[in-house]
Amino acid sequence: MNSEQTIFYILSFWFIASSLAMIFARNAAKAVLFLVLGFFSAAGIWILLEAEFLAITLILVYVGAVMVLFLFVIKMLNIDKSTLRAKFAGYLPLGLIVALIIIAEMTLVLGGAQFGLEVMPSPAKHGADYSNITVLAMQLYTTYVYPFELAAVVLLIAIIAAITLVHKKEATYKKQNISEQVNVRAKDRVRLVSIASPPKEKK
Amino acid sequence: MNNIDTFDTATLWLALPEIFLLSAIVVVLLLDLFLTKPFKQVTYYLTQLSLLITAILAFNLIGEPKSILFGNAFILDDMASVFKIFMAGSTMVALVYTRHYLTEHKLFRGEYFVLVLLAMLGMMVMVSGYSLLTLYLGLEILSLSLYALIAIARERAGAVEAALKYFVLGAIASGLLLYGMSMIYGISGSINISDIATFSANATLASREMLILNFGLVFLVIGIAFKLGAVPFHMWVPDVYQGAPTSVTMFLSTAPKIAAVAMLIRILVEGMGAMHAYWSDLLMVLALLSIALGSVVALMQTNIKRMLAYSTISHIGFILLGFVTGVISGYGAAVFYVLVYILMSLAAFGMIILFNKQGFEADKISDFKGLSKHSPWFALMMLVIMLSMAGVPPFIGFYAKLFILQQVVSAGFISIAVIVVVFAVISAYYYLQVIKSMYFESSDKAMTTTATMDVKLILSINAVLILMVGIFPDFWIKLALSLF
Repeated sequence: MNSEQTIFYILSFWFIASSLAMIFARNAAKAVLFLVLGFFSAAGIWILLEAEFLAITLILVYVGAVMVLFLFVIKMLNIDKSTLRAKFAGYLPLGLIVALIIIAEMTLVLGGAQFGLEVMPSPAKHGADYSNITVLAMQLYTTYVYPFELAAVVLLIAIIAAITLVHKKEATYKKQNISEQVNVRAKDRVRLVSIASPPKEKK
Repeated sequence: MNNIDTFDTATLWLALPEIFLLSAIVVVLLLDLFLTKPFKQVTYYLTQLSLLITAILAFNLIGEPKSILFGNAFILDDMASVFKIFMAGSTMVALVYTRHYLTEHKLFRGEYFVLVLLAMLGMMVMVSGYSLLTLYLGLEILSLSLYALIAIARERAGAVEAALKYFVLGAIASGLLLYGMSMIYGISGSINISDIATFSANATLASREMLILNFGLVFLVIGIAFKLGAVPFHMWVPDVYQGAPTSVTMFLSTAPKIAAVAMLIRILVEGMGAMHAYWSDLLMVLALLSIALGSVVALMQTNIKRMLAYSTISHIGFILLGFVTGVISGYGAAVFYVLVYILMSLAAFGMIILFNKQGFEADKISDFKGLSKHSPWFALMMLVIMLSMAGVPPFIGFYAKLFILQQVVSAGFISIAVIVVVFAVISAYYYLQVIKSMYFESSDKAMTTTATMDVKLILSINAVLILMVGIFPDFWIKLALSLF
């Protein structure tokens, strides 16, 4: 076993282990941290595949931004764990059976006989001057320009949908009306009230 | 770095409907921001106008030779253009009802129309998708807009529940679809539909390659069945149909079905047509279960939206049956059925929306009691719609079912045809139940409509079309057959 294989197995082990731990974690915050570990391992596997840019993006975007946001959300929400556990236990037998059947079927189909090195040789390695980002950029803006634009539309929908679902009119926000503030006159703000002074008490 | 496609701007005009629609979306979105309350209707008219122009642009492209562009990711053929026209048309009709519904229920917001247009764009991408990547992206654009549209009535617990259910199950379905796509890509080495077709048609495939292809195929079929709402992947359909605002339910049950069928045609028929023997068995099971469950469970429903949801499931079963036959006329029959189904579904949901008033959804079957006394014209329309859905001649629903059954019989599945007919007869019961409560039961509570003339007119034209196309179905059948 060469060093690359050893690294691959270590990363894969942590990937699978952290994914399982994430699913079975009782604490939502811990689950997020296990997911972070899973992303790190996946990024490592991508580096082995010479997809450096994707690996770095995964860490920067998912670990750095998305997961941190998740942690904040989980800390802010008060999730009642006991009800979640009760539901989980109820579905466990059926879920376990389905999962076991799927795992059995997948191991039958996706074994070494189908995707092993004998039938699918590993791709040739690129030299040191090979730049993953250059190739990606070239492909993204020529061959894949149409899917690229569509992905942008997906983001646009996400923005519109998020704002539509969260934004409440008038109820939640207060805004300044600057022209009103500038044009304000003293009599709008100050009201002079003449109050009859009480008669002085005689000493 | 060697296989970079040259990007030819001269062919861009073949994607003109999509390009125009995306530009129109951005314009409508920005314009809506600056419209003050009295001018909000402008958004509605602009939306209708953009859809109309999109349809005209698509119409102009009919007859263009089949061309594939954008690095083999986009196909323009007659099927794509015709589907785009029908989707734009049905969305326009749905929007007429939508405006009435939204104003009655105080849900009128510009974003609603923008999201509908975005969903329309996603469907057009799906219809023209010629690589697994674009098909998937189109599906995501469509689904994301639909999730948001359902949840737009966020004060209603039912709508939020429906949106969440649809979102979670839709995400699982997308995951399954992607997994299947990754398997197909892994073994064939391409995400292109034509490359996959050449690969799977290769007679000298090793058994291990065949195994992986099959493995991926199963996941693809499950993903598509989820999106179509075929049994046993139908769990979301009744809840979403009932919980969503009726205008969204109407939209959800019409144009997206064309897009889902188009995706099925692109992936299964065009991409893996050589493996028909494998996927037709899967579709057969899905079709039979859908027809059986859709026909039987609908009998127990008291909510008409829920009943129509189960009726949709059984209609989907019929559509899938067309693909089981494996011949071009069978595919044509399925496409014909989709178009007919959309015509009927628009009218049926239009009927519910017509009687919607502030704080009142006419979604119980008992709400229709004695309708023939209060508004005989619309009771007659409902009669036409229900009889057509049940498959009674001379309405169009009859020809759709007949056409499918003809193909099924000539493909040699006589026992299947018999079972299907039995279930079609059972399903006639619940359609007739609506007619019974309209004509033979009386109610003191008269349902009145506050709808404007355009809604009534569109509904009447729609119902008359169901009758007229039923009497002269030739053009539609020829149209459906010419697409393959």
